Amino acid sequence: MIDALVHVLLLFALPPLLLGVIGKVKAFFAGRRGPPLLQAYRDIAKLLRKLSVFSETTTWVFRAGPIVTLVAIALAGFLVPFGAPSAPISFAGDMILFAYLFALSRFFTTAAALDSGSAFEGMGAAREATFACLSEPALFFVFLALSKQTLSLSLADMLGASSGTLSAAAMAPLVLLCLGLFLVILAETCRIPVDDPATHLELTMIHEAMILDHSGPLLGLIEYSASMKLLVLESLFLSLVMPFRSGVAWIDWALFALESLALAAAIGVVESVMARLRMRRVPYLLTGALLLGGSGFILLVR
Amino acid sequence: MVDLINALLVTVLVLNLFTLGTSRLHSVIRIVAAQGALLGVITLLMHEHPTFPILLSAAAAVLIKGIVIPAVMLRSLRSAEIKREVEPFIGFLPSIILGAVATATVLLFSQAFSPHGNGMPSLIIPASISTVLVGFIIIVSRYKAITQVLGYLVLENGIYIFGALLVEAIPLVVEMGMLLDLFVGVFVISIITNNINRAFSSMDTRRLASLKE
Repeated sequence: MIDALVHVLLLFALPPLLLGVIGKVKAFFAGRRGPPLLQAYRDIAKLLRKLSVFSETTTWVFRAGPIVTLVAIALAGFLVPFGAPSAPISFAGDMILFAYLFALSRFFTTAAALDSGSAFEGMGAAREATFACLSEPALFFVFLALSKQTLSLSLADMLGASSGTLSAAAMAPLVLLCLGLFLVILAETCRIPVDDPATHLELTMIHEAMILDHSGPLLGLIEYSASMKLLVLESLFLSLVMPFRSGVAWIDWALFALESLALAAAIGVVESVMARLRMRRVPYLLTGALLLGGSGFILLVR
Repeated sequence: MVDLINALLVTVLVLNLFTLGTSRLHSVIRIVAAQGALLGVITLLMHEHPTFPILLSAAAAVLIKGIVIPAVMLRSLRSAEIKREVEPFIGFLPSIILGAVATATVLLFSQAFSPHGNGMPSLIIPASISTVLVGFIIIVSRYKAITQVLGYLVLENGIYIFGALLVEAIPLVVEMGMLLDLFVGVFVISIITNNINRAFSSMDTRRLASLKE
């Protein structure tokens, strides 16, 4: 019971802090002081207090988009373990559900973008869908390799048990899987080599272009679910690369929170030192992620 | 230790894919250099009690492949004033896929030729063969003289991985001779590319087919 409570607490309270850490790291590299760590919380709270403006051409799809997205991401968050050996919800085959909860959220985000009827948002939706075609199979290859290694089809077993079974013997495939998964995280959370979360140029936007027409509480929900998506994907990555767990629940949760902040800092470093890829070259990166995941799988099964 | 070496060999394979997918020549040179230096480290790790030939071979790999050759190539790149391979014969994405398919095929059949010696990492022969194949792909699919040299370097890295298995068996002279050949080869080609660049005002090897005074 207390496990589930702490899990929910982490899932709902931690995400905006990750954005704060990324912002701080980027500001540090740029030689600025940057916004305070808790700025993302304030931004979201401010947006939630505002009024929404809806274009006359939009229908219920536009309003449902952000809500469905948030719910789907939160549900996906219940399927992955956060440092603890188990997750609140777990059953055989839930990795499929996990991947398609992400797909559902993406479907509704793109549908809401198309519903607004704006040309830029249609462009953003098309791009998001194109890139998702490549990042989703990459994610599946990672899952396939993990389930082959742990002989289990549930995410909690695959990730929670990784400390024992994904030992040194599987180090070579693990290198490939981690690289592939890291690229997937960057692509799914719209980080710099793929998409620039701080861009103001509509022609090059992907995720930002889709939410141009959203305002007020709905925009707040979108920002919030984007940060939650970051945390959920980070938890996948962390249980691969940080197999060390103490076994004491409280220490593990604290460790998980610290590790996820550290990973956010690493993403901030990547964002600061890399330039954004040209739109045409983004599929190369994602195909690379796909191939890395695929090679990891081949290494495991051969 | 074997697992660590396997992980490093996988890193070598990942660097192969990066070489295939990067258009900026500076980055490609650095990637190939990192790969060469990594091979030196692998040689060192593979033998629990390094003898003098092994130490020398590893040090020479790190020094020549990791530092000297990239320095020479970056120099010739600077004087040739080119930055990227613009349009290769096989595009970047197809060549990444080609390289990955080659690597995957080799890995799938690697059970047939895994080394039977005691405590040898299982990936060493597949890594060697697939690196050689990637080197071939680069040589065949790129037009710029300097990229073809890079392909040749990747090819040699693949052979070096294979040689790491046999350091005890091959006399030190052979190993050193290979490295010297490599170095002289790169040195000469860097000078030649400069001359190609001056004579044809481009480093495109297709132009070499036309006669010129």
